[in-house]
Amino acid sequence: MNDTWNQVLGALPTIFVAITILAQFLAVTIKRDPRVTHAVTVVGLNLSLLSLIGLVAFAPIAVGPLFEVDPYALFFWAVVLIAGLAGSTFARPYLAGFEDRRDEFYILLVTSVLGAMALIASRHFAGLFIGLELLSIPLYGMIAYTFRTRAALEAAFKYLILSGAASAFLLFGMALLYAASGQLTYHSLSVAAAAGLGTSSDAWLLMGVGMMLVALMFKLSLVPFHIWTPDVYEGAPAPVGAFLATVSKTAVFAVLLRFFVVSPVTDNTWLIFLIGVIAVVSMLVGNLLALRQDNVKRILGYSSIAHIGYLMTAIVAGAPLSIEAVAIYLATYVGTSLGAFGVVALVSSPFSGKDAAHIDHFRGLYYKRPVLAVSMALMMLSLAGIPLTMGFIGKFFILSVAMASGLWWLAGAIIIGSGIALFYYLRVMAVLFMDRPASARELVADAPGLRYGQFIIWLLAALTVLIGIYPSPLIWLASAAGIVIPA
Amino acid sequence: MLLCWLLFIPFIGGLACWFVSRRNPDSNAARWIALASMALVFLPALSLWFGGDFSLPSHLSASPDWNRELSVPWIQQFGIAFHLGLDGLSLIMVMLASVLGMLAIAASWSSVRSRVGLFHANLLWTLGGVIGIFLAIDLFLYFFFWELMLIPMYFLIALWGHEEYDRGAHMRAAIKFFIYTQTSGLLMLAAILGLVFAYYSETGILTFDYNQLLGAHVSGTFGFVLMLGFFIAFAVKLPSVPFHGWLADTQANSPSSGAADLSGILVKTAAYGLLRFTLPLFPEASAQFAPFAIALGLISIYYGAVMAFAQNDMKRLISYSSISHMGFVMIGLYAGTFLALQGVIVQVVASAISTAALFILAGQLYERMGTRDMRQLGGLFGRLGALPGFALIFVVASLGMPATANFIGEFLILFGAFSVMPWVVVVASGGMILAAVYALYLMHRVYWGTPQGQETIARMRAREYAIMMALVVITLIVGLFPNTVLSVTQGTMNDISHWFAAGVIAASQAS
Repeated sequence: MNDTWNQVLGALPTIFVAITILAQFLAVTIKRDPRVTHAVTVVGLNLSLLSLIGLVAFAPIAVGPLFEVDPYALFFWAVVLIAGLAGSTFARPYLAGFEDRRDEFYILLVTSVLGAMALIASRHFAGLFIGLELLSIPLYGMIAYTFRTRAALEAAFKYLILSGAASAFLLFGMALLYAASGQLTYHSLSVAAAAGLGTSSDAWLLMGVGMMLVALMFKLSLVPFHIWTPDVYEGAPAPVGAFLATVSKTAVFAVLLRFFVVSPVTDNTWLIFLIGVIAVVSMLVGNLLALRQDNVKRILGYSSIAHIGYLMTAIVAGAPLSIEAVAIYLATYVGTSLGAFGVVALVSSPFSGKDAAHIDHFRGLYYKRPVLAVSMALMMLSLAGIPLTMGFIGKFFILSVAMASGLWWLAGAIIIGSGIALFYYLRVMAVLFMDRPASARELVADAPGLRYGQFIIWLLAALTVLIGIYPSPLIWLASAAGIVIPA
Repeated sequence: MLLCWLLFIPFIGGLACWFVSRRNPDSNAARWIALASMALVFLPALSLWFGGDFSLPSHLSASPDWNRELSVPWIQQFGIAFHLGLDGLSLIMVMLASVLGMLAIAASWSSVRSRVGLFHANLLWTLGGVIGIFLAIDLFLYFFFWELMLIPMYFLIALWGHEEYDRGAHMRAAIKFFIYTQTSGLLMLAAILGLVFAYYSETGILTFDYNQLLGAHVSGTFGFVLMLGFFIAFAVKLPSVPFHGWLADTQANSPSSGAADLSGILVKTAAYGLLRFTLPLFPEASAQFAPFAIALGLISIYYGAVMAFAQNDMKRLISYSSISHMGFVMIGLYAGTFLALQGVIVQVVASAISTAALFILAGQLYERMGTRDMRQLGGLFGRLGALPGFALIFVVASLGMPATANFIGEFLILFGAFSVMPWVVVVASGGMILAAVYALYLMHRVYWGTPQGQETIARMRAREYAIMMALVVITLIVGLFPNTVLSVTQGTMNDISHWFAAGVIAASQAS
């Protein structure tokens, strides 16, 4: 009995999120009002966020065979919840111009957050699959939410079809692992692997892991599974872009790292080397392809490929510092991406058919909306990893991990990649301060909820500088976010 | 306390400039605030220079004697502290930065008209970053300022850049500048991390502190690679051939008053970095590397001089001449004797002052003539009041005429290096002849020759006159009484030359 309550306690944040979804349904049946639905979303996610603080003292808690609520999960739950909050707040002014039902967006968003949370805490293949699908399926709907624009519809279909293929890979990989080991939890795989290493089942295990990796890498858009990224980023409405770039990436990367840490099935020199090669290629290809883009959303899409490439360094290193480095890098990257996409969303608000994402739309933004422009400039600097911004702290940690593990070639690739990346980040940044052309799109100042969106941007910008100057609290949180390996 | 004052005044002043001119964009308030904050940095530095004790320490120490020191924990998990320190070397560099800062503000008084507050904010932030570089003795903090300086510098070039020949050139130049320095900076960061982790595996202490890392004995290939990381970062910034590609473009496209050149580029952060970090942290690897560095120095001397001669744009000529000057610095650094290192300091100060003067003159000339193309100028002597006279002074200074600071610098470097490598000195001396050629050629093409008109063009204003007089006085003081600089830096240079000598011995034993 006690144990049951303990498990309920562990699941409390997810229960809050689930209740939020129910409350949203109820709210919609009583009266359709985006204000109310959004308010329910904000309250629900904040309650869940608060319950995380209370849980810190009790972690780790195993919730059933499927989930493990350890400090690692709590850290990334917080990241995901904050990203969900920001995404929903950007959506308010954005959807004000959308001439159709607006409330369902928030329901989809919260459902997706729930999936991300399940994914982060999963320690069993069933949990992994449930989480991944619960994260992805609402996303199709969100990407296609402004379904009258062709680009959004196209993006959603692309994502749907390729995601489906990736899920098939994932399931097949799991099936192979199960066939070879008879186990479905990450941890017990290692026992089977220890027994079966060197025998014929070894190849099956490796193939299974490879298949799963393909699926996860697709979600992370690593080269060569990156083709969909720029189109989907460009086609999706800007708030969805913010969500996709942060929640989805964080959750999938978190589970990938947990899998690698918990399950020594992955201890294979060749596999690790291959991941290293993929990381390097992702850094280079992502940055090079971003050079010639004129659409800020596409630029962010390509740059995300490179950023995940940097992150893979930590997995290749497998060093004690890796988890901390990933936690810090993802947290800073999420904050920065939210800020950048948020500015795009607010500049495009309210929705009127096409986002103001072309680089010319940002020309001279400083003279119209100084706060937004300075925030955008900070976000670009942070993405480029310049000191005084939190992006630098992330890059510093990743570079530290690479150097501490003697991975010179990866460190070199990070340096070259960052050098290339400067070009397009600076281009966006400089445009903000140029003279504003007469033909520029009018900025609407009074979309409902715009104030809240701007508040979030302002908060993210302040956080970018604060963590850039004094990162100790974040480092302290990240160093506490350890993965629990079941005995 | 004083160190914080020196460091934060420019940043606070910059913010003040920005806010003041947002209220009232047309007033001169931002300029006065900027000038005042640089003066507030200069005056305490000056009093330290008069009052500080920079005599040679009686014993050789393993870490430098800091005249002032301040350490506050910052990121404890990594052993990173907000650690500032000031010795004779940093003092001279801070003074140089504040003087050039004041001149930059004065020089752009009338030529910057748009977004005045933001301009001065960026100018002061650049200078704040530069001063931070000179004061930081925690390697993380040092890197922090090294990169911090780039951002306002980028804006100075990108937003107020000069576009004479084609549109958008200054944007490209700004991006080129940023990419060059940032990428090489990351290389340095990787080297710093390598050094820190090497020290960690040696002693079990994770620290970025300069004083402690001086005790890290990284040698062999690993030390050599780390040293290269530092060296390349500094060689890009110096610049030395083959990393000089950004300099001429950047300077030709930076604001025409020369403000950006003065504030960011001319303050020789790279020479300081080589002196402070590369030589002391990796004495053995540096000694092994010395022949290559000296070869690069020689190439820079000749390459810079020949390229300077071939330019039509006055600012490009001056920037190539500074590449040539930096070749001497490189030779002095890697000769490593006490005299040569002292010469390096004088050369850095002298080159900064004379080049700054030539840039400001080019800016003033541009304001009057509307061009910097030397093919369209000529015969200006006698038509511009005192301006050509000042130009003559700094042209001969830049070719190393006795009584100017440049002479002392070059003389000490060559004299100090002669005992170690006489042939290099012989070859390098030839470069001074080429310096005379390009410098006099500049004089000839711009100021002599047949006049293109008779009427007098606007004479120098009092402000411009004052700037030039200040520069002349500094050049003459350092040129005639070099001990004003040398006595302040002797302690630091003595340490570095001894560490380097130990490195030379270790390297010869290793091979």
